[in-house]
Amino acid sequence: MPRTVLEPRFQVEHLSILDSDGNLDSSLDPEIPSAELKRLYRAMLLGRRLDERMIRLQRQGRIGTFAPIKGQEASQVGAAATLRRTDWMVPSFRETAAMLLRGWPIEKLLLLFAGYLEGGQPDESQNDLPITIPVATQLPHAVGLAYAAQYRGDDAVVMAFCGDGATSEGDFHEAVNFAGVWHVPAVFVVQNNQWAISVPLKKQTHSRTIAQKALAYGIPGLQVDGNDVLAVYAACHEAVERARGGDGPTLIECVTYRLGVHTTADDPTKYRTAEEVEAWERKDPLTRFTAYLKKKRLLEEGLEDEVDKEIAAAVQRFEALGAAEPLTMFEHVYAELPAHLKAQREQLAGALGNGATPPAGDDDQASPPMRGQRTTRR
Amino acid sequence: MAVMTYREALNLALREEMKRDDRVFVIGEEVGLYEGAYKVTQGLLKEFGPRRIVDTPIAESGFTGVGIGAAMTGLRPVVEMMTFNFALLALDQIVNSAAKMNYMSGGQFNVPIVIRGPGGPAHQLAAQHSQSMEVYFYHVPGLKVVRPSTPMDAKGLLKSAIRDDNPVIFIESETLYNIKGEVPEDPDFVIPLGQAAVRREGADVTVVAYMGMMYRAMEAAEELEKDGISVEIVDPRTLMPMDTETILASVRKTHRVVVVEAGAGFAGMGSEIAAEIQEAAFDDLDAPVERVTGVPAPMPYARNLEKAKTPSKERIVEAIRRVCYQDGNGSH
Ligand SMILES: Cc1ncc(C[n+]2csc(CCOP(=O)(O)OP(=O)(O)O)c2C)c(N)n1
Ligand SMILES: [Mg+2]
Repeated sequence: MPRTVLEPRFQVEHLSILDSDGNLDSSLDPEIPSAELKRLYRAMLLGRRLDERMIRLQRQGRIGTFAPIKGQEASQVGAAATLRRTDWMVPSFRETAAMLLRGWPIEKLLLLFAGYLEGGQPDESQNDLPITIPVATQLPHAVGLAYAAQYRGDDAVVMAFCGDGATSEGDFHEAVNFAGVWHVPAVFVVQNNQWAISVPLKKQTHSRTIAQKALAYGIPGLQVDGNDVLAVYAACHEAVERARGGDGPTLIECVTYRLGVHTTADDPTKYRTAEEVEAWERKDPLTRFTAYLKKKRLLEEGLEDEVDKEIAAAVQRFEALGAAEPLTMFEHVYAELPAHLKAQREQLAGALGNGATPPAGDDDQASPPMRGQRTTRR
Repeated sequence: MAVMTYREALNLALREEMKRDDRVFVIGEEVGLYEGAYKVTQGLLKEFGPRRIVDTPIAESGFTGVGIGAAMTGLRPVVEMMTFNFALLALDQIVNSAAKMNYMSGGQFNVPIVIRGPGGPAHQLAAQHSQSMEVYFYHVPGLKVVRPSTPMDAKGLLKSAIRDDNPVIFIESETLYNIKGEVPEDPDFVIPLGQAAVRREGADVTVVAYMGMMYRAMEAAEELEKDGISVEIVDPRTLMPMDTETILASVRKTHRVVVVEAGAGFAGMGSEIAAEIQEAAFDDLDAPVERVTGVPAPMPYARNLEKAKTPSKERIVEAIRRVCYQDGNGSH
């Protein structure tokens, strides 16, 4: 019996539309309306400026450890912008710009990184999951959300983010495999920022691309220039609409770079060279998009000041809030307050000497509502 | 009431809840065409179709995570673990996601999921297949943990677990699937989570035990009855939240306690119950709390070793005699 070729040679495509200087490949122009281009730009700018501000707040001890996004604005904004409000976004822990675009108020993100429970609480109208720390765990959840959409017969699409390092985790492979087998409306967006803390991509995988991992699961995979917001947008738009149309999941690898620290507890000079960082700074997604919009005369005068003012006002609102209330730690451990927690809560309330009484409705064991809480039995 | 097996009672609970609520679906390995490795999902694929009885790839973390995601939208998945030993592959999903999502989302997303399947010592299934898995879960805030010992409890507690708004770990037993008992056929019959059952009333000593150990304690109690020792047996049924009130009420009556568990004793259920009792009812005790536990070693394959590892009726009898100061030792 002969050996036969079962699959023709797999092809992995790379999509790039804007070059580093902001020149457009007009044959690939996704023809995004001007208002949408402006929305993308504003979101990227807000992401960048807030990131810078948050680093200062962290250094001053006003918020805790967080994962900055500098350099990844195009990957995040270009992807999330292709979702409808009714679609789901499932972040990892480094998608601040995408979260802002999805409607997380700035002060909520600050609250999150200052340790308040409210910070992780999406608004009732938001189909967004909170951030998650164990790498890649969110990906099976995304498939579950997509299965639920299929189950109910609604047309929601789920977009899940993860990093390059996350593609080594079992949960990544299990999730992409499930999505393929069940043909669910999911889009996996891998932010390949070249590093997983100090581990470079080549120590993470021997594959030439991350996109090609999709092919093993029988779903389309595409690599895009992740610093090119037009390419990310075009690729994700295609994937989201394919998912919505019932044609299954897609894996998109955004090739980008983390220009800053892994988290505010990291010093990248220990593991990578200044030359490497400088080379990627020349491919900065924001510089490139600015140049493009300037040529199209779509840059808005005074936008930076406006964005900074928005941030400053949010920081002010955030700082006006008192310290986190210790008794909130008993809330939402369970959907109701079980007897053993109720006892501990009373003990702590007593020890704090603030005379805090058990919250109203405690007798029927309901947890106290938080600001803007929705009932979750949707 | 109808007489049925533990397995049939679980099956009935699933069927009733699936009929009652379209949000309930079953997901796991071999749950469909094969009707479950232990046939708990018998007939369900035929009745409810592949949308609601979902066979998955072999990936415990994956399908548990999928269940969690679906539960966050308000569906009520019942995730079957072929055996609970394999839930270890999903431990991160269960501990870091299912248990904490409600908390981390400020109450926005609760996770009404049931993760069920058999656990505990079985018949010659050996080290990796015969473990008391509840210890890995009841320590985790946010999870509820159920171990139903009778067919009636299997039905009533599974229905409550499915209706509960929290993630519930529901560990059945390979050795109990065929036991028979009376089960209410009323589709509205449920047993609330967090309520212990007094299986046998007695005056002299309280034995706390569940699943196979509860039945072994029953045998011990019958033997001791002949010697005039009256044993009360309390079955916690739900390990988290634990019905300490019922246990304490029994202790205040008998003043002596033996806790029996199949797994290793160190930091086990027995340690916790002993601690709860001495914190709340120290002055009621007439003897130290005794624990009868499995040998802290992997489960052997050989039948005679397997038997020696797990608490026997004889060891339970001895412990009861000791706390009653009737072990012929006379030194107390
Ligand atoms: C399961 C798990 N293992 C390890 C870690 C520690 N950790 C946090 S971020 C990170 C690197 C993640 O790299 P990548 O997926 O590329 O995302 P990036 O940080 O680059 O955005 C590691 C190892 C973790 N959070 N979770
Ligand atoms: Mg990375």
